Amino acid sequence: MPSGRRTRALIGSPGAGLGLAAVALVTLCALLPGRLAPTDPNEQRLLARFTPPTARTPDGDLALLGTDQLGRDILSRVIHGARTSVLIGMSAVLLAGSVGTSLGLTAGIRGGVADHLIMRLADMQFAFPFILLAITIIGVLGPSVRNIILVVGLSSWATYARVVRAETLAVRERAYVDAARSLGLSVPRIVWRHILPNVSASLIVVATFGVAGAILTEAGLSFLGLGVPLSIPSWGGMLAEGRQFVDTRYWLALSPGAALFATVMAINLIGDALRDALDPYLQTRGTVDRF
Amino acid sequence: MERDRLVLYVPLVIAYLSRRLAWALVLLFGITLAVFLVVHLSGDPTALYVGPEGTRQDYEMVRTALGFDRPLPEQYGRFLLRAVQGDFGRSLRHQQPTLPLVLTRFPATLKLAVVAMALAVALALPLGILSALRRNSVLDTFAMTLALSGQCMPTFWLGILLILVFAVQLRWVPVYGGEGLAALVLPALTLGVWAMARTARITRSSMLEVLHQDFLRTARAKGISEWGVILRHALRNGAIPIVTAIGLELGNLLGGAVITEAVFAYPGVGRLAVEAVVNKDVPLLQAVVFTVAASLILLNAAIDLLYMALDPRVRLA
Repeated sequence: MPSGRRTRALIGSPGAGLGLAAVALVTLCALLPGRLAPTDPNEQRLLARFTPPTARTPDGDLALLGTDQLGRDILSRVIHGARTSVLIGMSAVLLAGSVGTSLGLTAGIRGGVADHLIMRLADMQFAFPFILLAITIIGVLGPSVRNIILVVGLSSWATYARVVRAETLAVRERAYVDAARSLGLSVPRIVWRHILPNVSASLIVVATFGVAGAILTEAGLSFLGLGVPLSIPSWGGMLAEGRQFVDTRYWLALSPGAALFATVMAINLIGDALRDALDPYLQTRGTVDRF
Repeated sequence: MERDRLVLYVPLVIAYLSRRLAWALVLLFGITLAVFLVVHLSGDPTALYVGPEGTRQDYEMVRTALGFDRPLPEQYGRFLLRAVQGDFGRSLRHQQPTLPLVLTRFPATLKLAVVAMALAVALALPLGILSALRRNSVLDTFAMTLALSGQCMPTFWLGILLILVFAVQLRWVPVYGGEGLAALVLPALTLGVWAMARTARITRSSMLEVLHQDFLRTARAKGISEWGVILRHALRNGAIPIVTAIGLELGNLLGGAVITEAVFAYPGVGRLAVEAVVNKDVPLLQAVVFTVAASLILLNAAIDLLYMALDPRVRLA
C-alpha cells in the first residue's frame, strides 16, 4: 500500500483516532505528571481519608476522584501512575524487540542449527505460562522497576523472533537481496538496507500490541505486590490497595482500573488500525501477550 | 479396507506421538534447567534456609548438608534425579514435602480453569458463529466490541468490578470464600473473559474462511437444513483453529489463574505460587512450576491427539 494511503487509512479509522487521542493524553501525563497532578501523589492527609469522588476534603480542596486510605489524592496518583506504566511498557518492548529481532534475524539469515536452536527456545518460552515465569524471576531477583523491565522484556522476545524470522525468510529469497549479495554487500549491510526495512511493518504492529501487554503485566505484578515499590504510584499497586476496601470504598479501585483499561484499549485500537494499514498478513495473528 | 487403513495409520500415529513425547521431555528438561539456573545464579540459596539469625557455623552446616557447596552441574544432576522421583524438597514455610502440597491445591485450580473455559466456550462459539453469519451487522459490531473489550480488560479489575456488583451491591454471591458453584462463578467469569474474547474472534474469522467454500454449497444443494450445514459442515471444518485456541487458552488459564486466585482469595496453585514467592520458599516454587509445566505439556499432547481425530491430514503429516 502506498504510504499516503496507509496514513489516511490509519488516521481515517475512528477507532484509531480515539486510540491516538487517549494515548497522547496518557503520554502527556507520563511526561509532565508534576504539572498536571493537583497535589503530590504521596502526600498523606489523614484527616481527608476516604473522601468520596467530587467531594471536598476538610482543607476545602476538591478531590475529583476521591482520596484513599491515607488521604492521598487519587487523581494525582492516577496521573503519576501513567509514568510508571509508560516507562515500563516502552522499555520492556524496546528490550524484547531488540533481543527478539536480533535472534529472529539470526535464525532467518543463518538457518541450520542456529535457526533450530532459537526457534526451539522460542517454543519453550511459549509453552510456559508467562505470569508464572515472571513471578518466579521477580521472586528471586526482588521487585524493582529495573527488574520488571528485565522480566517483561526478556519473557516476550519470542513473539518478535518468530515474526522477524518468518519475514526474513520471505525477504531473503527476493531478487533484490540476491542482487545485493552478488554485488558483494556484507551481511550486516544487507540486513540493515534491505531486510530490516521490509520487516519493520510487522515489527511495529507487534511492538504496539507488546506495549499494551507489558503495561498489563506490570500492573498485574504490582497488583500481586511483586511490582514496583509502593512509594512509586502505579495503577496495579493502587488496585491492590483498593481491593481491600472494595466493599465500602469502591472509588479506590475504580479509577486506576479504568485508566488501565482505557490505555490498553487505546493501544489495541491503534494496533488494529496499524495492522490493517501496514500488514494485512498479520490480521489473523494474535494480539497482546497477557494473562 | 478398514484393516488396511489401520495398518497404514498405526505406525504413523506411533511415530507422531513419539516425536511429540520426545519434545515434551526436552521442554520439561529445559524448564527445570531454567528454574534451577534462575534460583542458583542469583546467589547462594543457603541463606534462604538459614535465615538472618543463623550463625556462620549453621550456614556452613546447611550448605554442606543440602549440597550447595558442590559444583552447579552436579547440583542440577542431583536435583533432576530427585525431581524424577517426585521429590522437590521440603517447603521452607510449611515444613512438609512440596509436591503433595502442590497436588492438594491443583484440583481447585483445574476446576476453576475448566469452569472458566466452559463458560468462555459457551459464550464465544455462538457469538463468533453469529458474527460471521451476520457479518458487518449491528450484532457483529456489538459482539466484536465486546470481544475487544474482553481482551483489553485487566483480569484483576474485572474481578474487583464483579465483586462490587454481584457480591457487594446485589449480594448474590459471597464476597470471598464460600462453597459450591456460587463461589466459583465470579472467579471463573473473571478468568474466562479473555479466553472468551479471543475464542470468539477466532471462531468468527475461522467461520468466515469456511462459509464460502464449495462443499457448503453442495451440502445445501443436497437439502440439508441451514443450521445443519453450519454446525455439521462449516463448524467441523473451521474447528482446527478454534480447538487450537481453546487448547492454548486452557493452558493460559491454568497458568494465569495466579491473578484471579489472588483477587478472590481462591485456594489454588496460583495463590500457592505467590505465597512461595513472597516467602522466598524456593523448593515450593520449583514444585509449582514443575507441576504446572508438566500439566501443560500433557494438555498439549491431548490437543495433538484431538487434532488427529479432527483432521485426517494431520495423521499423515
